[in-house]
Amino acid sequence: MKWITAWRRRPWAGYAVVLAALAIIGVAYAGASPRTDSAQASDTKTSEQDVAKGKALFSQACSSCHGMNAEGTKSAPSLIGVGAASVDFQVGTGRMPAMNPGAQIPRKKPIFNEQQTEELAAYIASLGGGPAVPSADQVDPSHADAALGGRLFRANCAQCHNFAGSGGALTGGKFAPSLDKATPKQIYEAMISGPQAMPVFNDTTVTPAQKRAIIAYVTQTRSEPNPGGNGLGRVGPVAEGLAGWLVGIGLMVVAAMWITARKPKKKHND
Amino acid sequence: MSTATPPKAIDGTIGFADERFGTAGFLRGKMKKVFPDHWSFMLGEIALYSFIILLATGTFLTLWFKPSMGEVIYHGSYTKLDGVNMSEAYDSTLRISFDVRGGLLMRQIHHWAAVLFLASIMVHMLRVFFTGSYRKPREVNWLIGLGLFTLGILEGLFGYSLPDDLLSGTGLRITQGVMQSIPVVGTYIFYFAFGGGFPGHDFISRLYTVHVLLIPGILLALVGAHFMILWHQGHTQFSGKNRTEKNVIGKPFFPVFMIKAGAFFMFTFAVTALLGTFAQINPIWLFGPYTPDSITAGSQPDFYMGFLEGALRIMPNWETNLWGHTIPWNVLVPALLPLGLIMTGAALWPFIEQWATGDKKIHNLADRPRNAPFRTAVGMTAVTFYGMLWLAGGNDILADKFHVSLYATTWFFRGAVFVGPVIAYVVTKRLCVGLQRSDAAELHHGVEAGVITMLPSGEFVEMHQPVKEDAEAVLRGKQELPAIEDAGEDANGIPAPSSRGPLGKARKALNNAFTADDISIGNGHGNGHGNGHGEHPEAGTGDHKELSRG
Repeated sequence: MKWITAWRRRPWAGYAVVLAALAIIGVAYAGASPRTDSAQASDTKTSEQDVAKGKALFSQACSSCHGMNAEGTKSAPSLIGVGAASVDFQVGTGRMPAMNPGAQIPRKKPIFNEQQTEELAAYIASLGGGPAVPSADQVDPSHADAALGGRLFRANCAQCHNFAGSGGALTGGKFAPSLDKATPKQIYEAMISGPQAMPVFNDTTVTPAQKRAIIAYVTQTRSEPNPGGNGLGRVGPVAEGLAGWLVGIGLMVVAAMWITARKPKKKHND
Repeated sequence: MSTATPPKAIDGTIGFADERFGTAGFLRGKMKKVFPDHWSFMLGEIALYSFIILLATGTFLTLWFKPSMGEVIYHGSYTKLDGVNMSEAYDSTLRISFDVRGGLLMRQIHHWAAVLFLASIMVHMLRVFFTGSYRKPREVNWLIGLGLFTLGILEGLFGYSLPDDLLSGTGLRITQGVMQSIPVVGTYIFYFAFGGGFPGHDFISRLYTVHVLLIPGILLALVGAHFMILWHQGHTQFSGKNRTEKNVIGKPFFPVFMIKAGAFFMFTFAVTALLGTFAQINPIWLFGPYTPDSITAGSQPDFYMGFLEGALRIMPNWETNLWGHTIPWNVLVPALLPLGLIMTGAALWPFIEQWATGDKKIHNLADRPRNAPFRTAVGMTAVTFYGMLWLAGGNDILADKFHVSLYATTWFFRGAVFVGPVIAYVVTKRLCVGLQRSDAAELHHGVEAGVITMLPSGEFVEMHQPVKEDAEAVLRGKQELPAIEDAGEDANGIPAPSSRGPLGKARKALNNAFTADDISIGNGHGNGHGNGHGEHPEAGTGDHKELSRG
């Protein structure tokens, strides 16, 4: 341990200790905090549903909050009439079953597989209609007008989800999530079912063709490269200011220190 | 100096100029101008060089930019906006970004240089403030600097408002709101500036003239004045060995400092080019064209407007209705008060300090921040006030990225903007006083040598070595802050006229604030420990030592 004694008086020792402490805390936090990574959600067509299987799954995983007959309780809303689209969205994005109730349930790795999600959706749909899961053709962005989608997105979506769909803060701890991971089907379902803080954009407000255009805009925007270099998270001038100060002023100060540094005198014989 | 004649080509050119303009005599004096070496003295130069880069890249951009609100339909390379209606300003900016060779790089370098320009002005101003370099004879140059800073902010705001994208339109909408919030004349100012309703057709072209001609012209003139005054007065220096108020120790401008300055310009250019190449800034194609019915989350101004944005965000929604007229405190106060407090405060400060300390001497030696605790503490108070507003301006990003409630951030900053500065004042002042005590102790007891010796009695003590000559000169360079002599009372117990009245009392209080915490280094043991334990023997004698650092 002699090296510690020798090194602890070096000028950089204090910085090294702070850096090491930060690294340890960071690693410990990353290890201790729960993982909420999400995976690609289902993208299959609706098939024949097994309502009974869905009901069994429901009473096992959902009924503690939503009630035995999906009639809702104090802690969760009624699901009668929300429709298959809503179930497919909530369960397919892993938001339901919720890990812990809060201002907003975040996206996470889905607990149920596609088959089970379909069964749950069939059960909820059997309770009283509601919007159905859209077909693959309905959500196909390949022939839609992304420019129109952009106009609609800026007028209807950007105020919460940000201009590039990077997400943003809402009131009271709620937030508009980033759209980077949402599949075309999930974007469509979100628009017709209005999950959590999001309003419903029904087919009279935004027509199915316009919804497809919005999906085209979102999917094109998130996959298009940043022509100007690193996108800095696409969150606007806050990140730019941070980069300007840290990298710009940081590098310039280092350069100034270098340029004005006194040359160490050549050692003679002392 | 060698007496060899220079090559004919050089001799001829210089001779030509000298015979006509008498340049040799002028240059001979100026070229030898000495500049002291310290990294913090280079910060202002970053601003100068970014300004030059801004002029060069800005000129490039004017070749293609069309400052017009005329409506066109886009059919350019960026297909995601194909067929969208937009202004010519936005259309031409897209064209610069995607169809002009090198256009996007130039745009990005221009924008990054603007960020660097204002950021470096800020750090430069902080350096000047905290070292007291604004004191006589440099008060006027401090004011010119403040003018440059204010105009720079405006220039930046106008610059990023020009492309007529969603963010710049949102910024202009706020600008319009600020104009309208001014009581009585607000509406007229807005109609005059915009030439009718918002956004109208006139504003962008008017803004363009102001951005590329008027403000750069004034900036250029002020930069010239700033530098001529600097050249005339000489640079401040930190106290050190052989350094006095009367001399400047450093490198002559020609050739040493000129080479350094030239290299530093290259560094500035390199950093802006690096950022412009690898970091995307102001991606207007993602924002889309401005339409008054659209808005985006994360609508923020550039960083230098951030504190105003923050003030607007945390201001409670207060309005007063008087005889059918609304006074919108919710816009008026955040728009004018923080800016007014910081700028007016900064402008008056040198004169307040002079008045309070009665110090009319010429100061060419810069203070170490710790040696002027009141000034440093007040400076940190302002920095914290500004910083809290600045952070509040990004509260939605903070809330989103750190998963806290947006309302919680708003309420936090409503408190922090008042409490933070107070904490900063107290903490800074105590830190400064502590550092002063530490300096005094170092001067009189030496520095810890890191050598532990065991005394015959079994006690372990650490050796102390006397401070090295260079370091001692730095410590001894501390300037005593003179307290204004108390005019006292006359024979009848009546205080002197100068110390009566509110003004006299304020001056006395301020003077006290400036001087009260001064730790003397003059006579050995300062305020830190007047316990009379006498002179300490030098390290190595093995005597018992104790150090109290207050």
